Amino acid sequence: MAAKFDLNDDSVVVIVGSGAGGGTLGTELALKGVKVVILEAGKRHETEDFINDEWASFTQLAWTDMRTTSGTWRVAKDFATLPAWIVKAVGGSTVHWAGASLRFQEHEFRTKTVYGALKGANLLDWPITLKELEPYYARAETRMGVTRTNNIPGLPGNNNFKVLEAGAKKVGYKDVHTGNMAINSQERDGRGACQQIGFCFQGCKSGAKWSTLVAEIPKGEATGKLEVRPESQVIRIEHDAKGKVNGVVYADKTGALVKQKARIVCVAGNSIESPRLLLNSASSTYKDGLANSSGQVGKNYMRHMTGSVYAVFDKPVRMYRGTTMAGIVRDEAIHDPKRGFVGGYELETLSLGLPFMAAFLDPGHWGREFTTALDSYENMAGMWIVGEDMPQESNRITLDAKAKDKYGMPVASVHFDDHANDIAMRNHAYGQGKAIYESVGATRTFPTTPYPSTHNLGTNRMSEKAKDGVVNKYGQAHDIKNLFVSDGSQFTTGGAENPTLTIVALAIRQAEYIAAEMGKNTI
Amino acid sequence: MTHKTPPASAPNRRDFLAQTAAVSTIIISGTALINQGEAWGLEAKNLKPETMRTLIKLARDIYPHDRLADRFYAEGVKSFDAKAGTDPKTKTLIETGVAALDKSASAKHRVPYAAVGWEAERVALLKAIETTPFFQAVRGTLVVSLYNQKELWPLFGYEGESAIHGGYINRGFNDLKWL
Repeated sequence: MAAKFDLNDDSVVVIVGSGAGGGTLGTELALKGVKVVILEAGKRHETEDFINDEWASFTQLAWTDMRTTSGTWRVAKDFATLPAWIVKAVGGSTVHWAGASLRFQEHEFRTKTVYGALKGANLLDWPITLKELEPYYARAETRMGVTRTNNIPGLPGNNNFKVLEAGAKKVGYKDVHTGNMAINSQERDGRGACQQIGFCFQGCKSGAKWSTLVAEIPKGEATGKLEVRPESQVIRIEHDAKGKVNGVVYADKTGALVKQKARIVCVAGNSIESPRLLLNSASSTYKDGLANSSGQVGKNYMRHMTGSVYAVFDKPVRMYRGTTMAGIVRDEAIHDPKRGFVGGYELETLSLGLPFMAAFLDPGHWGREFTTALDSYENMAGMWIVGEDMPQESNRITLDAKAKDKYGMPVASVHFDDHANDIAMRNHAYGQGKAIYESVGATRTFPTTPYPSTHNLGTNRMSEKAKDGVVNKYGQAHDIKNLFVSDGSQFTTGGAENPTLTIVALAIRQAEYIAAEMGKNTI
Repeated sequence: MTHKTPPASAPNRRDFLAQTAAVSTIIISGTALINQGEAWGLEAKNLKPETMRTLIKLARDIYPHDRLADRFYAEGVKSFDAKAGTDPKTKTLIETGVAALDKSASAKHRVPYAAVGWEAERVALLKAIETTPFFQAVRGTLVVSLYNQKELWPLFGYEGESAIHGGYINRGFNDLKWL
């Protein structure tokens, strides 16, 4: 049923990337009758191929092609060539994500107005409001089967949640539950209910978790309008003499460079690869890269203020059993500058298996202080901190001056420094996490440093005015009308919430816009 | 690691004396490392057997878990011997790293590293080299090669893959009762 389009077919929409943004957009356009080619750099692995083994799965799914790093963030030291833990496979990072599906709060769309001027922060209000996005959030929740929406019950709490919930309530938190999760708590949409397997990060082996791989792309392919080409890494986007994009050059699975012609190109390669591609597409017309008249392509890289708190108890927890992230405390997600920082954060259950705990609990550390923590693995509970970080122009993706990938394309270089606000927020969250666990008897707690980034945002941001950002409120490039950005890189600011639901809502909205504009022949 | 019966012929006298001095539970016979107590042997194919023995000690000192037998640490450093066979740089890094460590141990304690009697004394020697490429290479490999051994997971209470057992939906995902 899947379509097969000719390289010279210049009537297709080409989407670069098949994750939350690209996979949803491609499917939605196909359902509207638009011809779509999705080019995905990674391979296609199906549900039965996933592996309940952290390192083996990492080798199977993760984007491990080299990137370079700089800046004062600890990732640059501990994981110098692996700044992000994201996926290179059909489905993108929706294969890896944990399922937390939260709407942004109203004020998070207008942070410049609400937070005011903050030294070093390149804050900007989104060109859209929560009210405008609400109908699309609703459609995204329905489509993804988010728990606690559409009368879908919440997931049952696992052991790790029980500890979080008891502690959170003891310290006075009220908004504590098993989350709004795009993981089936009951059979829905042809997929079964969660089997409490754990290993959500390694690809869901029951199919209960929404991903574009299992829940979107097959529907798009069934229309006969969507073709997904795996192992197809786009090297550059090309344009005609008038400046409109007319296709992409990509390395196919044999490594040969070929051009797929296109009527429209949508970039959805995640916030590191998307600006890399735009920058690498520089031409005599667009000397600083495509869509970059503002100079903002690659800038304002955000990765959420993150961290983890793990705690040891005198009795077993076995946190790894069951759904990884079905547990949340939302009380700190509000904006309350009295805490010493702007914006807010969520606390969510998180667990790692023993192999990843060893690698990520305190990277580089050794000796008994480290190993006695692992000796208590069975008695550990864990939470992840995810909060709004400040956009800074100096945090950015650039093309590495020296390092190139196997196709000769310069690799992405990721520079990041925490903003003072990020540090203040993280320290507050560490303290609250510690208090939660100590209130229910933790004998030892660990403030754990951020992992390689999973939430990469902001590097092609949306703006009202062309001089402030890369794309408009529909993700359409200010400079080039038939070029779109369709992933988290279009976020103006990051919010405190896990980004996938917002990426999906924006993709649904963008599909509507693209189809309408194509109908009017404006693009 | 190859598990094999220790050879019938006892190690020669010189080896035996060296072993006694080294207070190691691992004895060396030719290119073989033999741990009689744990009943395993390991062939050093590319690195010196003494180097492999030191690496095993070093591995335990980097990630000390008192309930782990030596065989897990031996398995954890085995890849260095294999890599030394294909990559001369690795071989040099490890051999010169161990030699330097033995030298500093000898200077301070008059015996090679593996024979330094107390953990705290060995750890002090490691602290002095923890930023070296040698130490970083050993630690960086070991953090994966040690903890990624499925056989040791149960000792930490980690149950590994679960989908083949139907997940934990009926196997205790919410069995915590002590709160």
